Amino acid sequence: MTPPEDTLEQTTTTVDKKALIKEVLEVYPDKAKKKREKHLNVYEEGKSDCGVKSNIKSVPGSMTTRGCAYAGSKGVVWGPIKDMIHISHGPVGCGYYSWSGRRNYYIGTTGIDTFGTMQFTSDFQERDIVFGGDKKLAKLIAELEELFPLNRGISIQSECPIGLIGDDIEAVAKKATKEIGKTVVPVRCEGFRGVSQSLGHHIANDSIRDWVFPQADKKKKELGIEGSPYDVAIIGDYNIGGDAWSSRILLEEIGLRVVAQWSGDGTLNEMMLTPTVKLNLVHCYRSMNYISRHMEEAYGIPWLEYNFFGPTKIAESLREIASRFDETIQQKAEAVIAKYQAQCDAVIEKYRPRLEGKTVALMVGGLRPRHVVPAFHDLGMKLVSTGYEFGHNDDYKRTTHYIENGTLIYDDVSAYEFEQFVKELKPDLIASGIKEKYVFQKMALPFRQMHSWDYSGPYHGYDGFAIFARDMDLALNSPTWSLIGAPWKKS
Amino acid sequence: MAQNNVDNIQDHATLFHQDEYQELFQAKKEFEGGHSPEEVARIAEWTKTWEYREKNFAREALTVNPAKACQPLGAILAAVGFEGTLPFVHGSQGCVAYFRTHFTRHFKEPFSAVSSSMTEDAAVFGGLNNMIDGLANSYNLYKPKMIALCTTCMAEVIGDDLGAFIKTSKEKGSVPEDFPVPYAHTPSFVGSHITGYDNMMKGILSNLTEGKKQATTNGKINFIPGFETYIGNLREVKRLASLMGVNYTLLADNSDYLDSPNDGEFRMYQGGTTLEDAADSINAEATIAFQAYSTTKTREYIAAEWKQKTFVCRPVGIRGTDEFLMKLSELTGQPIPKELEDERGRAVDAFTDSQAWLHGKRVALYGDPDLVIGLVQFLLEVGAEPVHIVVTNSNEIFEQELQAILDASPFGSTAKIWGGRDLWHMRSLLFTEPVDLLIGNSYGKYLWRDTHTPLVRIGYPIFDRHHLHRYATFGYQGAINLLNWIVNTLLDELDRNTIVPAKTDISYDLIR
Repeated sequence: MTPPEDTLEQTTTTVDKKALIKEVLEVYPDKAKKKREKHLNVYEEGKSDCGVKSNIKSVPGSMTTRGCAYAGSKGVVWGPIKDMIHISHGPVGCGYYSWSGRRNYYIGTTGIDTFGTMQFTSDFQERDIVFGGDKKLAKLIAELEELFPLNRGISIQSECPIGLIGDDIEAVAKKATKEIGKTVVPVRCEGFRGVSQSLGHHIANDSIRDWVFPQADKKKKELGIEGSPYDVAIIGDYNIGGDAWSSRILLEEIGLRVVAQWSGDGTLNEMMLTPTVKLNLVHCYRSMNYISRHMEEAYGIPWLEYNFFGPTKIAESLREIASRFDETIQQKAEAVIAKYQAQCDAVIEKYRPRLEGKTVALMVGGLRPRHVVPAFHDLGMKLVSTGYEFGHNDDYKRTTHYIENGTLIYDDVSAYEFEQFVKELKPDLIASGIKEKYVFQKMALPFRQMHSWDYSGPYHGYDGFAIFARDMDLALNSPTWSLIGAPWKKS
Repeated sequence: MAQNNVDNIQDHATLFHQDEYQELFQAKKEFEGGHSPEEVARIAEWTKTWEYREKNFAREALTVNPAKACQPLGAILAAVGFEGTLPFVHGSQGCVAYFRTHFTRHFKEPFSAVSSSMTEDAAVFGGLNNMIDGLANSYNLYKPKMIALCTTCMAEVIGDDLGAFIKTSKEKGSVPEDFPVPYAHTPSFVGSHITGYDNMMKGILSNLTEGKKQATTNGKINFIPGFETYIGNLREVKRLASLMGVNYTLLADNSDYLDSPNDGEFRMYQGGTTLEDAADSINAEATIAFQAYSTTKTREYIAAEWKQKTFVCRPVGIRGTDEFLMKLSELTGQPIPKELEDERGRAVDAFTDSQAWLHGKRVALYGDPDLVIGLVQFLLEVGAEPVHIVVTNSNEIFEQELQAILDASPFGSTAKIWGGRDLWHMRSLLFTEPVDLLIGNSYGKYLWRDTHTPLVRIGYPIFDRHHLHRYATFGYQGAINLLNWIVNTLLDELDRNTIVPAKTDISYDLIR
């Protein structure tokens, strides 16, 4: 008996894609090939994992898109805490390149009570490497206090040399905390630690655990709000293009009280309030699961992962969040879902016909390679491949809920591999990062940056979904793609 | 309601201005633990004062919003100007992700570079194994004609020796023995991106030209752009040289790499100075650099080792371009053609047409040393007055050179050079001694917001405006571009200031 046609087709796809992986790996020297083949696979339905190794050192000399621990701590977790000053401690470059690069929106007067789009650095010179930078750091903190008196605290983000020359930033931080009477957090996020920015997220979470929460425990009474049974915190939303706001508005509409946003548009006070909430709502699991687990253990606060990309997942998430509360909240959640139905219907009615059946290749950081997939599905689009820059094994397990049989999976994909895969799979849209964008646009392929929403956004929540749909349409259906190639060459 | 019109979907630019989001922001304040609006306003006013300025200028340890980056960024920009060249940064990989991102955001082009991905184990044992594997992998994967190596601060702190590592890697067969792997040590705690450019250019030229010295010259002139981010300038220099009938080698030409045509195919390597031409540059008549402070060591090397005359010409503005063309003519015996004389005349015509709007205008500017010198020359030519000149990656020789240029013009008398200062210093300067115009890169938009000083975006990086890097600032045509950007920014500002109906719009003139 012959299997039904679609199964056959899928099996063939799986076989073809496995052959493709093999072919792409051919160019590597043996040692690197052996390493890389463990990171590439084709997802087979029913399996509990994508079957790839992850969170392992990148192959030297292969063009990885990964960043470093500093990028994970300063660039992602700590940087968006808007009322603190984050010192890029070490040479000038790291702070310079991570200056205003992530579009973590905030409300505040920059340079006065808010510091999100500024670059503070100790600008290490040769003598600092030779003699150590601790004294300079102490002096720098005193200068910060004088010039930026409304800062609520300081974090010290270590660049590579700090750990290598053996500076004692913890001692400086302790002393400074006493002197200025504010929270000063040393963060050991030197770029050589770990294999990607992922360890930086973990280190940043640990520094919050060790340097912020103990202060919060002491100051509990001074923090100044009466607890309510509906208190929640948004954890792991960096407010790219305003994502956390278009999420927060929904949570508030269903009757919850969001007392903290981590870390987009967040403040130190909000961080300190978090151990009082009833439930932590985790969007970016990869970067903030550590602190959520800690709060569960230390304070007994449960946490819940949710996904606010696309109406299907938003409704599902709202219901699940509401299920942790009483009927009032549950009813309000239903009312909110119903309220936005018309808005979503209009968006889908307009954009789905333009996007139906289009295929997408994804490759992003540590959450979106799975989380945005349902938003594409809501628009009738289909995923052909996905992978993480710095996902871990648990991310690849979670990914199985989002993808279909035969999806190509690539972990820490190199520029070479990605290009070869795309050439073969011929997706209609690539959704990845700035370093990949122009490579694929030169190949006449529509592209959207899925780290930064390509300067658009927000993409979270119902309001964000409308923008997401509009943006996919403008990328895919731009007449500019049809201009590529001189007409006299086409005939 | 937020998205009540599917035909006019609101994104962040307008979405959050709506009432429901404004209420959300207001309500959020309850948890933020912020300062009172009065306190914020009081401190904000205080930061505009002379008292604050003095405190700000007294700082010794803190740098805020510096106008400089680190060495490897410059090194890899130099490298991609050579045919088929892959920049390879020895050290931790995050740096390369940052460099690639930074260039990509400015040029809106792919930028390929690899790293040896050093982690904790390399920090302890050194990065030799990373280099051996890294060279083999990048050679096989990306099929370069040359790999240009530089370091991050990590590799420098642990003391990795590039020369020895390359030798060992070649012995182990990572790349063929005769495969060019020039290198430069580029510690991030020394100098800035322009130092890195210089080190890498010197490294590449010394590697490629070794043993290539001939008895006679090849009759060519070498051009070295320096840390140049205006693709238009490279194209302009080539055009000028061709019009002059000058045989030249551009060391190195990254214009095709950083501004490649979209024809439906991605090519990792585009154009660039051929390795043969680069190797033969040792036999040129002379070398002209378009920047002094990003080519210092390279020029010293060329003078000492190649026994070649070197010159610095900055073809910015009328006189800068005159000098360049006359230098070319002097070195080659080629006359300056009528076509260029006409171009000059047209640029001068444009200058005289616009001068009334620029005369006596007070200007603040910041950027790399050579960029700033070119701009100052231009401003003095049109009768504008440089006032605050902030150069974070300054040095003494540069300051002397710039001071001499300022001293030679009556329009330079109000200028002060602020070497080693940053954009937070500039903020104080703009508040205490306001000017009519600010010139600098995209980071100036924060100064524009805070001080309302109109901003002309010139320099690197420019992230928030499109295509400026495609234009030239060099040559007579570049002078017209500069003039256009500057005078029209002032006219835009004049319109903005005279726009209120029945109040200020008496001066809202049609004809300017």
